[in-house]
Amino acid sequence: MKRVFAIAQSEMLILRRNRWLVMATLIMVLFALALTFAGSAPTGSLGVDMLTVSVASMTTLSVYLAPLLALMISFDAIAGDADRGSLALLLSYPAGRGEVLLGKFLAHLSALSFAMIIGFGTAGAVAIWFGGAGAESLSALARLIVTSIILGAVFLTLGYLISSLAQGPTAAAGMAAGLWLIFVVLFDLGLLGAVVMDDGGSFTRSVFPWMMVANPADAFRLWNVAASDGVALATGMTGAAQALPAWAAPASLLLWPFLGFVAARAAFRRVEP
Amino acid sequence: MDKALEIQSVSKARGKVPVLCDVSLDVAPGERVALLGHNGAGKSTLIKAVLGLISTDKGTIRVAGASPGSGKARRTTAFLPEAISFHPALTGREQLTLFARLSGGGADVAALLDRVGLSDAMDRRIGAYSKGMRQRLGLAQVLLGQPQVALLDEPTSGLDPISRQDLYAIIDELAAQGTAVLIASHALTEVEARTDRIAILRKGALVADDTLEELSAKAGLPIRLRVRATGDADAIAAQTGGTRLNGASVEILCNPDTKMATLRHVTGMGDAVADVEITPPRLEDLYRHYAKEDAP
Repeated sequence: MKRVFAIAQSEMLILRRNRWLVMATLIMVLFALALTFAGSAPTGSLGVDMLTVSVASMTTLSVYLAPLLALMISFDAIAGDADRGSLALLLSYPAGRGEVLLGKFLAHLSALSFAMIIGFGTAGAVAIWFGGAGAESLSALARLIVTSIILGAVFLTLGYLISSLAQGPTAAAGMAAGLWLIFVVLFDLGLLGAVVMDDGGSFTRSVFPWMMVANPADAFRLWNVAASDGVALATGMTGAAQALPAWAAPASLLLWPFLGFVAARAAFRRVEP
Repeated sequence: MDKALEIQSVSKARGKVPVLCDVSLDVAPGERVALLGHNGAGKSTLIKAVLGLISTDKGTIRVAGASPGSGKARRTTAFLPEAISFHPALTGREQLTLFARLSGGGADVAALLDRVGLSDAMDRRIGAYSKGMRQRLGLAQVLLGQPQVALLDEPTSGLDPISRQDLYAIIDELAAQGTAVLIASHALTEVEARTDRIAILRKGALVADDTLEELSAKAGLPIRLRVRATGDADAIAAQTGGTRLNGASVEILCNPDTKMATLRHVTGMGDAVADVEITPPRLEDLYRHYAKEDAP
């Protein structure tokens, strides 16, 4: 464990030095504030408070942003070291490959959590300041922060996976962009197309919700929507959320980081530095 | 334990191309062995196999009695990769601190950086280091702990002549404290005087493994005598069976056992000879002999 922390500390230093931490936090704060102020208009017509609306907007945003920020750190984690020639040296030390990966993961997850907590937390603080937050909307915000961090963790591990499989940092960056596009955009588009083709048949009623929840990005969305009536109302995603048992989305989202880590660990084992 | 590093009949193929064929090599504690070979001869592959970074198809490797890649082998091995670079955002001190913590010892990082001449640059980012400075930083991490085996892959690449002298001083220190040092190189002239034994790899096979003297005797490479004549160079060439190089010099090739006889003959000529220069076979000649010919 001492070695894991040594690697985590060093990675954390790198994230601070190359300004990733500052930039990611800044992006999160700016988006959260923009959505809080821009989203405060329809509060009257929906009968929910300011923070509920902004949590709904930020949920939609986080589906795109959390995977993107996570992949931005993780795609280089192994391919970059291998490219510099420092991976062979690192692996000649007593730290095992699992320890190296875990150390990097801890540092990257901490950085991501920091950006999420500060960013979304700012939105919460602003809403409280303007009297637009209640107990329910604050718990929705807390849920958003926690689930965003888990979603980030999923894409961190998937980033390590492609970083181990890719031939170099450039290839890894390309694969990361492709991975993001598939999970966040194309998967939903495909499902949507299938639902339209099926026209309300058995696929739409029984298969579609499960396929949807199998995608961590959609599981994230469903979890946030299903847990809060206000958010569901604001995002209009009640239909899909009701078709599934309540445990489905949390189970999927919580399972993914472990699956991702195991897959990344297996791919990393085969890397010849 | 009499051998710090034992490599026995190791073979490895990438696809159908053999990269190591039946390589056997031992290094004793305190011994410095040069591993020579042209690019692609299998030097780096052999080192990575010793580190346990790649698997081998056949044969056994023992590092300080442990199998490569095991915890004990990793703790007792130091490694300097070829053309090393580190994360540019870290400082030299931070990078070395990480390695010190990974190896588990409470090493004096600042003293080590001072030892390799980086005391002024230790708090600057590695991104601003020159190639030679990165190489020195790489060398500093070799000195962490007291390794039983040190594997140095092209340690002199990117170093200026003075840095090379420092490097060899450090290698001598390592050997003196009982570390088995294996230096992969194609900087032939440099390892000549600095190593106890020379191993030559050609296309993955070990074609030579002996001291420089033994290797040159086996190869039967001639010693060159260059005689500068005061007057008639042609006469000297005719008397000694040498060849005239230019107006005043004659080159004579002789074997180690006829060297003294030839020398006596040359000195017996008296005033006709102005100067004699003796050049023993150099590593480059040897290397060419062992690396090119099919039968060593």
